[in-house]
Amino acid sequence: MTLELRELTVLSGSLRLLPPVSLTVAPGQVATVMGPSGIGKSTLLDAVGGHLAPGFRLTGRVLLDGRDVTDLPAEARRIGLIFQDARLFPHLSVGDNLAFGLAAGRRDRKAAVAAALAEAGLAGFEKRDPATLSGGERARAALMRSLLAEPLALLLDEPFSRLDASLRANIRAFTFDHLKTEGIPALLVTHDAEDAADAAATGGPVLQL
Amino acid sequence: MNGRGLARAVLALVLAGLVLPIAAGLWLTARAAVGILPAIGADRLSLAPWRMLAEMPGLSTSLGLTLRTGLAATALALVLSLALAIALWRRGRRGRLLGPLLAAPHAAMAIGLAFLLAPSGWIARALSPWATGWDRPPDLDSVNDAAGLALIVGLVVKEVPFLTLVTLSAFGRLPVARDLAAARALGYGAGVAWAKVILPQLWPLLRLPLCAVLAYGLSNVEMAMILGPAQPPTLAVLVARGFTVPDLAHRLPATAAALTLAGIVASAILTLMALERLAGAAGRAWLRRGGRGRAAAPLLRVAVAGAWATLGLGFLALAALILWSLARRWTWPDLWPSGLSLRAWTAPGLTWADPARTTLSLALAATLLSLLLAILWLEAEDRARRPRAGWAEALIYLPLILPQVAFLFGLNIALLSAGAGPGWAAVLWGHALFVFPYVMIALSAPWRALDPDLIRSAAALGAGPNRRLLAVKLPCLLHPILTASAIGFGVSVALYLPTLALGGGRVATLTTEAVTLASGADRRVLGVTATLQAALPWAVYALAATVPALLHRHRRGLRGGGR
Repeated sequence: MTLELRELTVLSGSLRLLPPVSLTVAPGQVATVMGPSGIGKSTLLDAVGGHLAPGFRLTGRVLLDGRDVTDLPAEARRIGLIFQDARLFPHLSVGDNLAFGLAAGRRDRKAAVAAALAEAGLAGFEKRDPATLSGGERARAALMRSLLAEPLALLLDEPFSRLDASLRANIRAFTFDHLKTEGIPALLVTHDAEDAADAAATGGPVLQL
Repeated sequence: MNGRGLARAVLALVLAGLVLPIAAGLWLTARAAVGILPAIGADRLSLAPWRMLAEMPGLSTSLGLTLRTGLAATALALVLSLALAIALWRRGRRGRLLGPLLAAPHAAMAIGLAFLLAPSGWIARALSPWATGWDRPPDLDSVNDAAGLALIVGLVVKEVPFLTLVTLSAFGRLPVARDLAAARALGYGAGVAWAKVILPQLWPLLRLPLCAVLAYGLSNVEMAMILGPAQPPTLAVLVARGFTVPDLAHRLPATAAALTLAGIVASAILTLMALERLAGAAGRAWLRRGGRGRAAAPLLRVAVAGAWATLGLGFLALAALILWSLARRWTWPDLWPSGLSLRAWTAPGLTWADPARTTLSLALAATLLSLLLAILWLEAEDRARRPRAGWAEALIYLPLILPQVAFLFGLNIALLSAGAGPGWAAVLWGHALFVFPYVMIALSAPWRALDPDLIRSAAALGAGPNRRLLAVKLPCLLHPILTASAIGFGVSVALYLPTLALGGGRVATLTTEAVTLASGADRRVLGVTATLQAALPWAVYALAATVPALLHRHRRGLRGGGR
């Protein structure tokens, strides 16, 4: 799976919020987007994922494996999204959060969720309230929820920035390993030099806004 | 359905169900005011209705009374609730104790206050005969007084909880703590910091609710009937009487009076806007001078004390209702009844049962209908990916700001001439006109405050619009949805005029019964009806607080603020 951006920009009225961005991310690679606050990093992720707020307009193209998804709504793009707070649904148990990501027709839902939890070191967490998880547990659960939806690409919006330094390296490795195994291209927004170094090690391009 | 389509469908529904009837009601009222009311055989264009109104004895007294009570009550309620909101905010309270006062219908509160303030009421009993020397109820007009003081007290007691809660919720949406700290770090005293930094930010959030309070103060019927003077009464009571007395000759001048009242409310709101401009200019000049005003604010303390006294009066009034409904014998000047009994509740025939059933069915149906429409509207806004237009916001407030008497009787005429008789369905529709705005207002802020990243997460996981609504938004918003429903339910239970005007006297609710009984029935029977009227909303409020706490007892992230 390959993620390709062609001359992607975002306009608000006639105001250009982003310089045109073109890049290609190969399967398993993590491309890094860096730059000062307010430069439009999150806007870029919104544009790729189809989450732009009303009033914003996009030009350029987003392609997945050569297929143009620019005009599809977010839910039809199959592009996952992970935030710094993980954003597990507060009304669902951890297990139901993961099940929310599973494709509708899939069989053996319970087993799939249990396997994903076990893989994230969260075996037996099905009934837990997401609000009681630690930061690291939440981050791993959120990644598993995204992966269960079988995304073609993943957007990471500073997903490690709330974690302390030792945990951070651990969760980062966990995330990047999974992306590599599954062959999913990813776009990572970060301020952190170590995040960027590890991402560059996957062979992904670095975009300085 | 796509966003635009849904938005258009909802708008059409609101226009047809809400705006059209109001416009038709206003139009028919206006036509009747120039002599055209075919239902009673009036079909010649003339200014006779206005002449009849002008010749009505005591009209100028009525006008003066209406203005005095409406304006004084609004101004007083505003000052007291601002002070109270600041005092509560400083203690980190969210005003939950105001709930019972907010939920109690106007009529029940008015009856309770009458039990308190009347010459034979609880206050006089507490002071007699040891302090006053009265050995029988004195010949005072402490309620229904010609000056309308009792009516002002009643309006203030009912509006202070509402405005205080609105203000507290506005504080929650403003950076109050941060801005106060910034102002005080620059040397501004606490009171001045509130006035110079917070109030200007608060005002835009308070403007519409205050307009609704002003409109209600000038045009309410049931409180004015129970607490206001009888002859001449306020203009709104004059209109309601003109439409309900058997003598058809009173219909035409009543429409002229209804239009006059609409004009008064409109002028009052315009004056408020002008005052806002003036106060804005004066305030800016005051700000630029940079006075720090480090002295404590004694005025604020007086207002806070006044607000607490108001709340005390409200709670005593509700207690008086309950106590009277349970009193076996309660002779003057005893402070307590000589015994308690359920006799008034279990009296043969259970006269309260049918009105209670009607009240319940109307309130449930109106709330459900309004809730459905509000959710459709908000979801349509999300899907059309457009914020709400200013005119749409104004549309929602329309029924709350227009005086009810100005269009309800016109609407009744329209229904009659369309062949739809008055009855339960017409009343339901009338209730929804007023329930929908409150449900919409209560639900809008939490709906928009829902973390948009949750919705994005759901979309990124492949959930389409319907699944996002049903599986994420609605469950996460369960608490605000139930709160909005409770508010809507309470509004419906309290409605008097829509029930009267559209029920054609055939639909009796606890509210219409209470208002009727208030003019001279046994206090025990009145106490039962009014207590029940207040107890229904209380029960639903309690339910709305309990259900999410139970359903979400294992979900810390949704226990609103309870961390």
